[in-house]
Amino acid sequence: MPKLKVDGIEVEVPQGATVMQACNAAGKEIPHFCYHERLSIAGNCRMCLVEVKPGPPKPQASCALPAADNQEVFTTSPMVKHAREGVMEFLLINHPLDCPICDQGGHCDLQDIAVAYGKGHSRFDENKRAVTDKYMGPIVKTTMNRCIQCTRCVRFAEEVAGVEEIGAIFRGEDMQITSYLESAVKSELSGNTVDLCPVGALTSKPYQFEARPWELRRTPAIDVSDAVGTNVRLDARGRQVLQCHPVINDDVNEEWATDKTRYMIDGLVRRRLDRPFVRREGKLQPVSWPEAFDVIADMAAQAGGSVAAVAGDLVDCETMYAAKLMLGSMGSSLLEGRQTGLDYDTSSLAAVNFNTTIAGLERADAILLVGSNLRWEAPLLNTRVRKAIKRGAKVFAIGPEVDLTYRVEWLGDDLSLLGSLPSHVADLFERAERPTVIVGAAALKGGHGAALALAKRFNLVREGWNGFNVVHMAASRMGGLILGYARPGGIADLHYARLTFFLGADEVDFSRFTGFKVYVGHHGDRGAAAADVVLPGASYAEKSGTYVNLEGRVQRGERAVFPPGDAREDWSIFRALSERLGHTLPFDSLPGLREHMGQNVPQFAKLGLLSFDWTPPSLSESASGAVGRYPIQDFYLTNAICRASPTMQRCSAELIHGESFAEAAE
Amino acid sequence: MSLADKDRIFTNVYGFQRWNLDAAIMRGDWDDTRALMLRGQDAIIDVVKASGLRGRGGAGFPTGTKWSFMPKEPKPDRPNFLVINADESEPGSCKDREIIRHDPHKLLEGALIAGFAMRARAAYIYIRGEYIREAETLYAAIAEAYDRGLLGKNAAGSGYDYDVFLCRGAGAYICGEETAMLESLEGKKGQPRLKPPFPAGAGLYGCPTTVNNVESIAVVPTILRRGPEWFSSFGRENNKGTKLFQISGHVEKPCVVEEAMSIPFRELIEKHCGGIRGGWDNLLAVIPGGSSVPLVPAEQIMDAPMDFDGLKALGSGLGTAAVIVMDKSTDIVRAISRISYFYKHESCGQCTPCREGTGWMWRVMERLRTGEAQVSEIDTLHEVTKQIEGHTICALGDAAAWPIQGLIKHFRPEIERRIHERNGTGGFAPMQEAAE
Repeated sequence: MPKLKVDGIEVEVPQGATVMQACNAAGKEIPHFCYHERLSIAGNCRMCLVEVKPGPPKPQASCALPAADNQEVFTTSPMVKHAREGVMEFLLINHPLDCPICDQGGHCDLQDIAVAYGKGHSRFDENKRAVTDKYMGPIVKTTMNRCIQCTRCVRFAEEVAGVEEIGAIFRGEDMQITSYLESAVKSELSGNTVDLCPVGALTSKPYQFEARPWELRRTPAIDVSDAVGTNVRLDARGRQVLQCHPVINDDVNEEWATDKTRYMIDGLVRRRLDRPFVRREGKLQPVSWPEAFDVIADMAAQAGGSVAAVAGDLVDCETMYAAKLMLGSMGSSLLEGRQTGLDYDTSSLAAVNFNTTIAGLERADAILLVGSNLRWEAPLLNTRVRKAIKRGAKVFAIGPEVDLTYRVEWLGDDLSLLGSLPSHVADLFERAERPTVIVGAAALKGGHGAALALAKRFNLVREGWNGFNVVHMAASRMGGLILGYARPGGIADLHYARLTFFLGADEVDFSRFTGFKVYVGHHGDRGAAAADVVLPGASYAEKSGTYVNLEGRVQRGERAVFPPGDAREDWSIFRALSERLGHTLPFDSLPGLREHMGQNVPQFAKLGLLSFDWTPPSLSESASGAVGRYPIQDFYLTNAICRASPTMQRCSAELIHGESFAEAAE
Repeated sequence: MSLADKDRIFTNVYGFQRWNLDAAIMRGDWDDTRALMLRGQDAIIDVVKASGLRGRGGAGFPTGTKWSFMPKEPKPDRPNFLVINADESEPGSCKDREIIRHDPHKLLEGALIAGFAMRARAAYIYIRGEYIREAETLYAAIAEAYDRGLLGKNAAGSGYDYDVFLCRGAGAYICGEETAMLESLEGKKGQPRLKPPFPAGAGLYGCPTTVNNVESIAVVPTILRRGPEWFSSFGRENNKGTKLFQISGHVEKPCVVEEAMSIPFRELIEKHCGGIRGGWDNLLAVIPGGSSVPLVPAEQIMDAPMDFDGLKALGSGLGTAAVIVMDKSTDIVRAISRISYFYKHESCGQCTPCREGTGWMWRVMERLRTGEAQVSEIDTLHEVTKQIEGHTICALGDAAAWPIQGLIKHFRPEIERRIHERNGTGGFAPMQEAAE
């Protein structure tokens, strides 16, 4: 624990801390560009120079210098001021200073630091350098004149995203950041480089010239594009969400978000259901709310107790709870959320939870992936695996080979391997201190019991460590399982219900449902196309909702904008419908619903990580048959919002299906 | 008194004899290397320390001390490495080239002994990409040494396993910086690393590494054979030994010559170079240590001792002892401007002050050359050099700044004269309006 003085203030910092961290601990701000706490240290911007005694008679880069005992650090001495002004001047001489037309304007590190630490004028009389813009794909727009070569994007691509596709070419003042052969960066995390870029060199292509930061209203929300539950901030102007940024949460998403999280938002204003519809003569006709409710009420009267509800991937717990309560009052418990037909055992939620926790995965030292394409099913878990590997973990996988961005030993794709692991793998797992098994949806059917048997064999659950994990892909899944949206027979139990409510469920095989179909959701996607009645609901950005992520963390997002047209928040639709059906739900406000839910489902009473008792069910331990294809075949088009989003469609076409797009020359 | 022929280490620096192993053995190389190694690793380091040998690559760090930083007991998965810097790209320097093409076995024997002393598993020789013939010679020399069992398993019969690898650079000056060289050896873009950690802690492939200049390594066997006292009998205190001087420019006979350290400049030129072109009165300035050190005007350099401390006292440095002599026919501003262009061209682009500053300095220098500037820009330029100096990751920023600082310090009147001449205004250029 080195003790040192920063501008006369004595601070004690942990062993291995840098001088910059010590300065921050002393409350001194150190300007910097290249340094980022989640990336390796480059030390190349030279903005963080401070004077350190004892040391050479020149300023030192505080981001890279280890703090040591009895150091004296000066952050405001004339030497430091001179150094900062000098570096700032150098950074600006070849910077175009086109702030008025730059999307970074208003949240630009270069602007802020130039104002705070720069000299206010330039003595540079020569011509500025011009750099050709590079193509980096459908997400990242480049204006390379503005680049200050901090290499944050390069380091992010290499270290976090795991794709070595961004780099620097040429040298000296001709150095340029570019993607490999100027082709699109094939990463599902490329949007993070936009946030990382301290200047306006990399900006968001879908958001270009849309708005200024001070025009936007910021709302904390929870992402629903996968089951990780990324904490995001939705930036809206008027009735439209314009941007989605990750919010720092070290337990969940650190400060990253996938491209889907960030850029599916432009699907929120397209293909929206903004009024109720009823199918008449084979076509969906717009109707009023009471008319739609009348039709449903007629059917409900005929159906009696044969009523079912299918929860889609994006719905919040409040919606599911209200639907469950309504169905309960009608005498039905036909609830299911696993739309694609999975029917794994849910008698113990610990057996279908990501028990290691997202952050805990970093500490794993032996990892076995069973039927999971983690890179697409939960990209932010994939980055954690990369971190674990950096700490020395070994990764094995069962399933069809895919590029996970790190070194994996592929054992084969037959699930019988779970019972007969190669000896070197078994040895490693025997010896490992924190062995981890991650089961994906592709292996849950048929491999769940065998994976649980591994948990017993390798003692995955031990003091201070639970290494058994299941990866879900739907934001609603864990919440749905807690609420009982799981039938022993899976969705097949619901096929013959006479009236079925689809809560934003679009991935179902609708042809198997023989009864009357009511779709409650926000996008005109497969569900609406198959429905007899469509009730327009709210998307995740338009309602305050509770979500449980794959590790069992209860999180809550706020409403950023209002639903379009006649659309309503889903819970209130069920509240109104229940009244029409004569089973009025016992609440008439969201707080009322939450209170009721908290009383009946204590897991939702407060936010935070749930703990599930480890009482695995006894299932058949034998498994055989190949892991078929992974459930996600197109990362960018996994839900109704994505499918409505032009950006996601473009990403899919270009990055997955290899189409090329001509760009206007400007 | 100057160096006697019997005291020369590089006896074939002019290539009058063949370079190959047999000829080298005739000259005394590889003479019972085993016995030298049997003295023990610490004893070798002590001898090098006692000899007062300072690194010949420019910085002048005591070589023996550098070796002693290496771990005494390397771990099996983290072996020690010796990296030999033959990326001689400093304008004016050409000593390593002569060593490699005419006396490569001195280098190889030194590589074995030095590597043995620092418990290295192998030596990597990083040779400048443009040295094509030299690389061929060195490849052949290494092959010869392996054939005779002087390198490889049980090198020279000492029982020590040691390999020497040759790696050719691709022509970047910056790869002569030790950590950039390590990056380049690892197959990455040649950009200097942050220090700490120093290479002795984490160098090539993260293993403890010492980077030495060719000359520093090549003199070691002779020092061991003739004793540290012999070596330290040359030169002044703290500047011991003999040194290859490379004199280029406006002397009658430019040459590479081994001389005792601290030899006065006048003696060096008179004895080996046939004097200054046009006589001593025609001497304008000298860059005494390769392009990266500040120039020294004639009157100060004439009787100065050519060693680390003597030239430091003049505000310059010995560098690689690449003495660039310029007589009064030289356009000194243009000369420094050309050096500025070199540094602009060779800046790796990693850190801000050097990347942006070298180009700026060169452009201002070009205008100062023609006088198309204002007098106040000289001060601006000087400030810019001060903003680069000491603020960069490696020393290239300093090296780019110093020549200009030297020019402004000693030749400011000349720069001002050009501005006045061109503008014809007494220094104030007519106001220029922006075109908009």
